[in-house]
Amino acid sequence: MNASFTANHILDIASLSEEDIFYILKLALNLKEILHRPIPKVPTLRGKLVALMFFEASTRTRLSFERAAKSLSADTLSFTARMSSVEKGETLLDTILNLESMGVDLFIIRHAMAGTPHFVAKHSRARVINAGDGFHAHPTQALLDMLTVYQKKKTLSGLKIAIIGDIKHSRVAHSNIVGFRKMGSEVYVAGPATMLPLEREALGARVCYRIETALDQADVVMALRVQKERHGRALLPSVREYAQEFGLNLKRLELAQKDCLLMHPGPVNWGVELAPELQNDPRNVILEQVENGVAVRMALLVALLGGNA
Amino acid sequence: MSLLLQGGRVIDPSQGIDAVLDILIENGQVKALGERLSGQGARKIDCHGLIITPGLIDMHVHLREPGEEWKETIATGTLAAAAGGFTAVACMPNTQPPNDNAEVTRFILKKASQEAFTRVYPIACITKGQKGTQLTEFGDLKRAGAVALSDDGRPVPDAFMMRLALEYAKNFGLPVISHAEELSLSQGGHVNEGLASATLGLKGIPAEGEAIAVFREIMLAKLTDAPVHIAHVSTKVAVEIIRWAKKQGIPVTAETAPHYFTLTEEAALGYNTYAKVNPPLRSAEDREAICQALSDGTIDAIATDHAPHSDLEKFIEFEQAAFGLVGLETALALALRLVNQGLLSLSRAIALLSTNPARILKIAGGSLRVGSPGDVTVIDLEKKWVPRKENLHSQGKNSPFLGWELQGQAVMTIVEGKITFSRM
Repeated sequence: MNASFTANHILDIASLSEEDIFYILKLALNLKEILHRPIPKVPTLRGKLVALMFFEASTRTRLSFERAAKSLSADTLSFTARMSSVEKGETLLDTILNLESMGVDLFIIRHAMAGTPHFVAKHSRARVINAGDGFHAHPTQALLDMLTVYQKKKTLSGLKIAIIGDIKHSRVAHSNIVGFRKMGSEVYVAGPATMLPLEREALGARVCYRIETALDQADVVMALRVQKERHGRALLPSVREYAQEFGLNLKRLELAQKDCLLMHPGPVNWGVELAPELQNDPRNVILEQVENGVAVRMALLVALLGGNA
Repeated sequence: MSLLLQGGRVIDPSQGIDAVLDILIENGQVKALGERLSGQGARKIDCHGLIITPGLIDMHVHLREPGEEWKETIATGTLAAAAGGFTAVACMPNTQPPNDNAEVTRFILKKASQEAFTRVYPIACITKGQKGTQLTEFGDLKRAGAVALSDDGRPVPDAFMMRLALEYAKNFGLPVISHAEELSLSQGGHVNEGLASATLGLKGIPAEGEAIAVFREIMLAKLTDAPVHIAHVSTKVAVEIIRWAKKQGIPVTAETAPHYFTLTEEAALGYNTYAKVNPPLRSAEDREAICQALSDGTIDAIATDHAPHSDLEKFIEFEQAAFGLVGLETALALALRLVNQGLLSLSRAIALLSTNPARILKIAGGSLRVGSPGDVTVIDLEKKWVPRKENLHSQGKNSPFLGWELQGQAVMTIVEGKITFSRM
């Protein structure tokens, strides 16, 4: 393993250093090439066992991790909370310890409760990657977002990043605020005020009550999915009003830099947070984010499990 | 048998005493207090270099019995209390079943008379099943031995219901203790709203929610002219409201817990479930305001809110982990920390831990006046010790202070003239 990468687990962006982040991004750029080979597979992690522990629904992240692991020839175990002993009341700790006994080297954990990957890391000998925990963190998403921006802008500092949508209940926003600020950029957040953090909870992001303030001269515009299923109570009068007041369209994007990047962690509600007219817009890099997602996850697996990339 | 404690520094805030004196306890009562008492036939205990105070009283503990005996029992909880220097505890009613009828009150007192290491004062529910809809039988409960009323763990959700409780309690002279929390703001929260909620990605519990609830109780106390006691005050805003109310002459008293004057929300970072407690640990600014309120009299009592849980409730995902921490065995040392930091006088600390809780609950004790109960705590201010899972007597090991280097410990606890715990 390279001496310049020091983390044992990837639990959140806050616990990674700037050097760690650059190390991962550069490694990801190198590994990305593998995905374009006729046979996109290398033996780097042969014999390593990776468990995909998804206690919460996921398509992109889970498949992206699986693709990354398989490209590196790691073996994968797939776990979903449904159809497992979790339904019989097995505790998380027991589930983890049992899998550890089967020889798991690394757990990839997605859980609806914040802090669960930290809990596992504390009590297991294996490595842990947080694939999204509650409203807390989604570090691999932030890393792939940073990779996409780094690739296009050749820098991660001095940029204005605008994140629009349900900031308060978004682990993606949380990790991106921490990550982009750590790398020296400014982060502005906007959206319905019922979905915005108060200043004291904003982690240093600038909270804007007018979407225009956030979009003005932005280098990166990131829209978030309106997560209707997250809210016990309606925080919005209607989806229609959301689209009207906070949805991104051609006209609103005119406020941002001409060469801004339009990003979205997916899945997109077209017609809600993004107008359909943006689907083929040259500024739209949503599918590149997905490809970078595989590369970043390959880099993380290599960084944590070793092997010669 | 009688006891003669010789040569200790007696601190009794109820009489304004701070002097080296002997104290004679006979027939379960303080018989004499003075210099060089003879105490013929009494067992003599050398207390030179030690502090002697009226027995400490914790007016807010959870003994978990009946119903959750894997967490704590009346025997183990009061043993922990005695080890911590307490001679009496008042136990909250959120047991299984809850203490909302005289039968449960009698059960607790019967168990206590057989097994307890301290006096046990049951606090009964304000409303049946703590559901907030129907008053319990205050008269019957008082006759069975309840000393106060509280739906602790849950607020009385409805202001009118709380008004009825304050009014009806006047008939029986029972203090009403409020767990002040605006539920609609706190529901689903796990840590303080602010640094902790933002860093941990958890729903926060805002300080203002406590303030709203405290203000409601104070307005109701004003309206009904009935005393209300605010449990576990954790915020600066609540302190300010209580300070204002006291100036107005509204009959309000308040307690805080050692974790609120010692820790901040940072203790929960890293998802430390032993620091998950309700109300949550707050900001540094709140902590300072609590310390100030302890010294200026805004807060009347230190109570632990001792809330034992097993690792079944704590060794799990943070959001699922139970609220609460154990406090009986560390409370005295943490209060003495404030004394060592110059924030409290020793006498004020003892008033907060003994004299004032007795006054608020209208129970015997809190004083070494001749004729008072022979409840005495002997304290070694110099003793250094480290709380560890292995040396805590409580069944609950869920303390955020494990591994801390503390100074000051009770070395002898005497209840009704009998030594219930000794390190001498």
